[in-house]
Amino acid sequence: MLANEIYEILKKEFGDGILEFKEEAPSDPYISVEPSKIFDICHTLRDSSELMFDYLMCLSGLDLGESLGIVYHLYSFKHTHKIVIKTTVPKETPTLPSVMHLWRTADWHEREAFDLYGMIFSGHDNLIRILLPYDWEGYPMRKDYNEPEEYHGMRVPY
Amino acid sequence: MGLLNRLDDPFEGGGIILGKVEDLLNWGRSKSDWYLHFGLACCAIEFMALNASHFDFMRFGTIPRTSPRQADFIMITGTVTLKMADRIKILYEQMSEPKYVISIGSCSNCGGPYWEHGYHVLKGIDRIIPVDVYVPGCPPRPEAMEEGMIKLQKLIREQALFNGKDRIEELEAKKALKI
Repeated sequence: MLANEIYEILKKEFGDGILEFKEEAPSDPYISVEPSKIFDICHTLRDSSELMFDYLMCLSGLDLGESLGIVYHLYSFKHTHKIVIKTTVPKETPTLPSVMHLWRTADWHEREAFDLYGMIFSGHDNLIRILLPYDWEGYPMRKDYNEPEEYHGMRVPY
Repeated sequence: MGLLNRLDDPFEGGGIILGKVEDLLNWGRSKSDWYLHFGLACCAIEFMALNASHFDFMRFGTIPRTSPRQADFIMITGTVTLKMADRIKILYEQMSEPKYVISIGSCSNCGGPYWEHGYHVLKGIDRIIPVDVYVPGCPPRPEAMEEGMIKLQKLIREQALFNGKDRIEELEAKKALKI
Protein backbone atom coordinates (compact mmCIF):
# COMPACT_ATOMS: atom_id res chain seq x y z
CA MET A 1 0.00 0.00 0.00
CA LEU A 2 1.30 3.47 -0.89
CA ALA A 3 1.92 6.21 1.63
CA ASN A 4 -0.91 8.43 0.39
CA GLU A 5 -3.39 5.54 0.70
CA ILE A 6 -2.27 4.99 4.28
CA TYR A 7 -2.73 8.70 4.88
CA GLU A 8 -6.28 8.59 3.46
CA ILE A 9 -7.24 5.74 5.76
CA LEU A 10 -5.86 7.56 8.82
CA LYS A 11 -7.42 10.88 7.81
CA LYS A 12 -10.83 9.23 7.46
CA GLU A 13 -10.60 7.71 10.91
CA PHE A 14 -8.88 10.45 12.94
CA GLY A 15 -9.67 13.70 11.10
CA ASP A 16 -8.03 16.55 12.98
CA GLY A 17 -5.60 14.21 14.74
CA ILE A 18 -3.69 13.92 11.45
CA LEU A 19 -1.87 17.17 10.76
CA GLU A 20 0.20 16.85 7.63
CA PHE A 21 1.28 14.46 4.92
CA LYS A 22 4.52 14.92 3.02
CA GLU A 23 5.58 12.75 0.14
CA GLU A 24 8.49 14.53 -1.53
CA ALA A 25 11.98 13.12 -1.69
CA PRO A 26 14.63 12.94 -0.29
CA SER A 27 13.07 11.71 2.96
CA ASP A 28 10.61 8.85 3.24
CA PRO A 29 6.97 9.98 3.03
CA TYR A 30 5.78 10.86 6.50
CA ILE A 31 2.58 11.73 8.34
CA SER A 32 2.56 14.33 11.14
CA VAL A 33 0.06 13.62 13.90
CA GLU A 34 -1.19 15.05 17.20
CA PRO A 35 0.92 13.72 20.11
CA SER A 36 -2.14 13.00 22.28
CA LYS A 37 -3.60 10.67 19.61
CA ILE A 38 -0.41 8.73 19.00
CA PHE A 39 -1.48 5.58 20.84
CA ASP A 40 -4.83 5.32 19.05
CA ILE A 41 -3.25 6.00 15.67
CA CYS A 42 -0.54 3.41 16.25
CA HIS A 43 -3.16 0.94 17.45
CA THR A 44 -5.05 1.36 14.18
CA LEU A 45 -1.83 1.11 12.19
CA ARG A 46 -0.97 -2.14 13.88
CA ASP A 47 -4.35 -3.89 13.98
CA SER A 48 -6.27 -2.70 10.94
CA SER A 49 -6.31 -5.58 8.43
CA GLU A 50 -5.18 -3.51 5.44
CA LEU A 51 -2.35 -1.77 7.33
CA MET A 52 -0.93 -4.42 9.71
CA PHE A 53 2.22 -2.55 10.79
CA ASP A 54 3.59 -5.33 12.95
CA TYR A 55 7.14 -4.03 13.21
CA LEU A 56 8.41 -0.81 14.79
CA MET A 57 11.77 -0.40 13.08
CA CYS A 58 12.91 2.58 15.07
CA LEU A 59 11.68 5.18 17.51
CA SER A 60 13.81 8.32 17.51
CA GLY A 61 13.92 11.58 19.40
CA LEU A 62 14.75 15.03 18.04
CA ASP A 63 15.42 18.47 19.43
CA LEU A 64 13.65 20.99 17.21
CA GLY A 65 14.46 24.10 19.22
CA GLU A 66 11.28 25.05 21.07
CA SER A 67 9.78 21.56 20.82
CA LEU A 68 10.87 17.93 20.88
CA GLY A 69 10.14 15.55 18.04
CA ILE A 70 9.43 11.83 18.09
CA VAL A 71 9.65 9.75 14.91
CA TYR A 72 8.23 6.27 14.41
CA HIS A 73 9.46 4.15 11.49
CA LEU A 74 6.95 1.38 10.86
CA TYR A 75 7.07 -1.65 8.60
CA SER A 76 4.59 -4.37 7.77
CA PHE A 77 5.89 -7.86 7.12
CA LYS A 78 2.41 -8.89 5.97
CA HIS A 79 1.99 -6.21 3.27
CA THR A 80 5.68 -5.18 2.94
CA HIS A 81 4.92 -1.48 3.09
CA LYS A 82 6.30 1.14 5.39
CA ILE A 83 5.45 4.56 6.76
CA VAL A 84 7.00 7.23 8.98
CA ILE A 85 4.92 8.88 11.70
CA LYS A 86 6.15 12.14 13.22
CA THR A 87 4.90 14.10 16.17
CA THR A 88 6.12 16.99 18.33
CA VAL A 89 5.66 17.90 21.98
CA PRO A 90 6.48 21.23 23.66
CA LYS A 91 9.67 21.29 25.73
CA GLU A 92 7.90 22.50 28.88
CA THR A 93 5.39 19.62 28.95
CA PRO A 94 6.96 16.84 26.88
CA THR A 95 4.32 14.21 27.62
CA LEU A 96 2.82 11.80 25.12
CA PRO A 97 1.31 8.29 25.29
CA SER A 98 3.65 5.32 25.20
CA VAL A 99 3.38 2.69 22.45
CA MET A 100 5.26 0.13 24.54
CA HIS A 101 2.17 -2.07 24.80
CA LEU A 102 1.79 -2.17 21.01
CA TRP A 103 5.39 -3.03 20.13
CA ARG A 104 7.80 -4.32 22.76
CA THR A 105 10.62 -2.68 20.78
CA ALA A 106 9.32 0.64 22.02
CA ASP A 107 10.20 -0.30 25.62
CA TRP A 108 13.94 0.38 25.36
CA HIS A 109 13.61 2.92 22.55
CA GLU A 110 11.32 5.08 24.66
CA ARG A 111 13.65 4.71 27.63
CA GLU A 112 16.53 5.90 25.46
CA ALA A 113 14.53 8.88 24.17
CA PHE A 114 13.61 9.71 27.76
CA ASP A 115 17.21 9.30 28.85
CA LEU A 116 18.68 11.65 26.26
CA TYR A 117 15.82 14.05 25.42
CA GLY A 118 13.53 13.90 28.44
CA MET A 119 10.20 13.01 26.83
CA ILE A 120 7.73 11.51 29.29
CA PHE A 121 6.00 8.52 27.77
CA SER A 122 2.90 8.10 29.91
CA GLY A 123 1.81 4.49 30.25
CA HIS A 124 5.37 3.15 30.03
CA ASP A 125 5.87 0.50 32.73
CA ASN A 126 9.51 1.21 33.52
CA LEU A 127 10.51 4.67 32.34
CA ILE A 128 14.00 4.93 33.86
CA ARG A 129 17.35 5.88 32.36
CA ILE A 130 18.88 3.19 30.16
CA LEU A 131 22.34 4.49 29.15
CA LEU A 132 23.33 7.17 31.62
CA PRO A 133 23.67 6.55 35.36
CA TYR A 134 20.42 6.74 37.32
CA ASP A 135 21.56 9.83 39.24
CA TRP A 136 22.50 11.81 36.12
CA GLU A 137 20.99 15.28 35.86
CA GLY A 138 19.69 16.78 32.63
CA TYR A 139 19.13 15.42 29.13
CA PRO A 140 22.41 15.53 27.17
CA MET A 141 21.11 15.41 23.58
CA ARG A 142 19.11 18.60 24.02
CA LYS A 143 20.78 21.49 22.24
CA ASP A 144 20.70 23.75 25.31
CA TYR A 145 22.45 21.15 27.48
CA ASN A 146 25.56 22.20 29.37
CA GLU A 147 27.95 19.48 30.47
CA PRO A 148 28.41 19.16 34.22
CA GLU A 149 31.55 20.39 35.96
CA GLU A 150 31.80 17.37 38.21
CA TYR A 151 30.34 13.89 38.58
CA HIS A 152 30.94 11.83 41.76
CA GLY A 153 34.03 13.92 42.52
CA MET A 154 35.51 13.45 39.05
CA ARG A 155 36.08 16.58 36.98
CA VAL A 156 34.28 16.29 33.65
CA PRO A 157 35.79 19.02 31.38
CA TYR A 158 39.19 18.35 29.84
CA MET B 1 73.89 -11.21 39.65
CA GLY B 2 77.20 -12.87 39.01
CA LEU B 3 78.44 -16.39 38.61
CA LEU B 4 81.31 -17.29 40.90
CA ASN B 5 83.00 -20.64 40.51
CA ARG B 6 85.51 -21.95 42.98
CA LEU B 7 88.73 -20.13 42.31
CA ASP B 8 90.88 -23.19 42.82
CA ASP B 9 88.76 -25.31 40.49
CA PRO B 10 86.79 -23.07 38.18
CA PHE B 11 85.47 -25.80 35.91
CA GLU B 12 84.22 -28.20 38.51
CA GLY B 13 80.60 -27.39 37.95
CA GLY B 14 77.87 -26.57 40.45
CA GLY B 15 78.76 -22.91 40.67
CA ILE B 16 77.37 -20.34 43.04
CA ILE B 17 75.12 -17.52 41.98
CA LEU B 18 75.56 -14.32 43.91
CA GLY B 19 72.87 -11.71 43.89
CA LYS B 20 70.24 -9.84 45.80
CA VAL B 21 67.04 -11.53 46.93
CA GLU B 22 65.27 -8.44 45.74
CA ASP B 23 66.50 -8.96 42.20
CA LEU B 24 65.46 -12.60 42.26
CA LEU B 25 61.99 -11.78 43.53
CA ASN B 26 61.57 -8.94 41.07
CA TRP B 27 62.77 -11.15 38.24
CA GLY B 28 60.15 -13.71 39.19
CA ARG B 29 57.42 -11.13 39.64
CA SER B 30 58.13 -9.45 36.35
CA LYS B 31 57.85 -12.74 34.45
CA SER B 32 54.56 -13.89 35.94
CA ASP B 33 52.15 -11.00 35.93
CA TRP B 34 48.53 -11.89 36.04
CA TYR B 35 46.20 -9.30 34.76
CA LEU B 36 42.65 -8.15 35.06
CA HIS B 37 41.51 -7.09 31.63
CA PHE B 38 39.08 -4.22 31.48
CA GLY B 39 38.08 -4.00 27.83
CA LEU B 40 35.77 -1.11 27.04
CA ALA B 41 36.02 -0.20 23.36
CA CYS B 42 37.93 -0.80 20.13
CA CYS B 43 41.27 -1.07 21.98
CA ALA B 44 39.90 -4.30 23.40
CA ILE B 45 39.56 -5.63 19.84
CA GLU B 46 43.28 -4.98 19.31
CA PHE B 47 43.86 -6.64 22.64
CA MET B 48 42.10 -9.77 21.34
CA ALA B 49 44.65 -9.82 18.50
CA LEU B 50 47.41 -9.47 21.08
CA ASN B 51 46.05 -12.44 22.99
CA ALA B 52 45.68 -14.62 19.91
CA SER B 53 48.41 -16.91 18.61
CA HIS B 54 50.06 -14.45 16.22
CA PHE B 55 51.23 -12.09 18.97
CA ASP B 56 50.83 -14.53 21.85
CA PHE B 57 50.64 -12.26 24.88
CA MET B 58 51.02 -15.22 27.24
CA ARG B 59 54.71 -15.58 26.37
CA PHE B 60 55.28 -12.64 28.73
CA GLY B 61 54.02 -14.86 31.54
CA THR B 62 50.73 -13.03 31.71
CA ILE B 63 47.57 -14.93 32.50
CA PRO B 64 44.16 -13.31 32.29
CA ARG B 65 42.21 -13.39 35.54
CA THR B 66 38.56 -12.68 36.02
CA SER B 67 38.93 -11.54 39.61
CA PRO B 68 40.75 -8.41 40.82
CA ARG B 69 41.89 -10.34 43.91
CA GLN B 70 44.16 -12.54 41.80
CA ALA B 71 45.49 -9.85 39.48
CA ASP B 72 48.86 -8.08 39.58
CA PHE B 73 47.91 -5.40 37.13
CA ILE B 74 44.85 -4.07 35.41
CA MET B 75 44.70 -3.16 31.74
CA ILE B 76 42.27 -0.39 30.91
CA THR B 77 41.62 -0.70 27.18
CA GLY B 78 39.12 1.78 25.86
CA THR B 79 36.85 4.73 26.52
CA VAL B 80 36.21 5.17 30.21
CA THR B 81 32.74 6.62 30.70
CA LEU B 82 31.88 8.28 33.99
CA LYS B 83 29.44 5.47 34.70
CA MET B 84 32.24 2.92 34.27
CA ALA B 85 34.81 5.03 36.15
CA ASP B 86 33.07 4.25 39.47
CA ARG B 87 33.37 0.52 38.74
CA ILE B 88 37.04 0.81 37.77
CA LYS B 89 37.79 2.57 41.03
CA ILE B 90 36.13 -0.27 42.98
CA LEU B 91 38.02 -2.94 41.01
CA TYR B 92 41.34 -1.17 41.50
CA GLU B 93 40.73 -0.90 45.23
CA GLN B 94 39.92 -4.62 45.39
CA MET B 95 43.30 -5.57 43.89
CA SER B 96 46.01 -6.54 46.34
CA GLU B 97 49.33 -4.73 46.53
CA PRO B 98 51.64 -4.54 44.72
CA LYS B 99 49.38 -3.49 41.87
CA TYR B 100 49.99 -1.77 38.57
CA VAL B 101 47.93 -0.10 35.90
CA ILE B 102 48.47 -0.07 32.14
CA SER B 103 46.38 2.49 30.35
CA ILE B 104 45.93 1.56 26.70
CA GLY B 105 44.78 3.94 24.00
CA SER B 106 44.13 7.65 23.74
CA CYS B 107 40.70 7.42 25.39
CA SER B 108 41.91 6.06 28.68
CA ASN B 109 45.08 8.17 28.53
CA CYS B 110 43.40 11.54 28.07
CA GLY B 111 39.84 11.23 26.74
CA GLY B 112 40.92 10.75 23.12
CA PRO B 113 38.44 11.98 20.51
CA TYR B 114 35.93 12.74 23.29
CA TRP B 115 38.11 15.34 24.92
CA GLU B 116 35.91 18.32 24.01
CA HIS B 117 32.29 17.23 23.68
CA GLY B 118 32.34 14.02 25.68
CA TYR B 119 30.07 14.98 28.55
CA HIS B 120 30.04 11.32 29.61
CA VAL B 121 33.76 10.47 29.22
CA LEU B 122 36.43 10.60 31.89
CA LYS B 123 39.32 12.58 30.40
CA GLY B 124 42.10 10.24 31.42
CA ILE B 125 42.06 7.28 33.78
CA ASP B 126 44.84 8.91 35.81
CA ARG B 127 42.21 11.19 37.31
CA ILE B 128 40.95 8.31 39.44
CA ILE B 129 43.75 5.71 39.69
CA PRO B 130 47.57 5.97 39.40
CA VAL B 131 48.86 4.78 36.03
CA ASP B 132 52.24 3.08 35.60
CA VAL B 133 52.43 2.69 31.83
CA TYR B 134 50.63 4.66 29.13
CA VAL B 135 50.32 3.17 25.66
CA PRO B 136 49.37 5.81 23.07
CA GLY B 137 47.41 5.07 19.90
CA CYS B 138 43.87 5.04 18.65
CA PRO B 139 43.79 2.10 18.93
CA PRO B 140 47.43 1.05 19.50
CA ARG B 141 48.68 -1.90 17.51
CA PRO B 142 49.41 -5.12 19.42
CA GLU B 143 53.14 -4.39 19.11
CA ALA B 144 52.63 -1.16 21.04
CA MET B 145 50.80 -3.04 23.77
CA GLU B 146 53.70 -5.51 23.91
CA GLU B 147 56.07 -2.63 24.39
CA GLY B 148 53.86 -1.39 27.21
CA MET B 149 54.12 -4.81 28.81
CA ILE B 150 57.92 -4.78 28.44
CA LYS B 151 57.98 -1.33 30.06
CA LEU B 152 55.93 -2.64 32.96
CA GLN B 153 58.27 -5.63 33.37
CA LYS B 154 61.22 -3.27 33.46
CA LEU B 155 59.47 -1.14 36.06
CA ILE B 156 58.77 -4.17 38.25
CA ARG B 157 62.32 -5.51 37.82
CA GLU B 158 63.82 -2.28 39.09
CA GLN B 159 61.42 -1.74 41.92
CA ALA B 160 62.80 -1.50 45.46
CA LEU B 161 61.14 -4.03 47.74
CA PHE B 162 62.99 -4.01 51.06
CA ASN B 163 64.44 -0.57 51.69
CA GLY B 164 61.14 0.87 52.83
CA LYS B 165 60.94 3.44 50.11
CA ASP B 166 57.53 4.76 49.40
CA ARG B 167 56.30 3.51 46.06
CA ILE B 168 55.11 6.92 44.93
CA GLU B 169 58.51 8.42 45.67
CA GLU B 170 60.11 5.64 43.74
CA LEU B 171 57.80 6.11 40.77
CA GLU B 172 58.68 9.76 40.66
CA ALA B 173 62.36 8.94 40.68
CA LYS B 174 61.70 6.54 37.80
CA LYS B 175 59.86 9.23 35.91
CA ALA B 176 62.87 11.52 36.22
CA LEU B 177 65.03 8.75 34.75
CA LYS B 178 62.49 8.30 31.92
CA ILE B 179 62.16 4.55 32.34
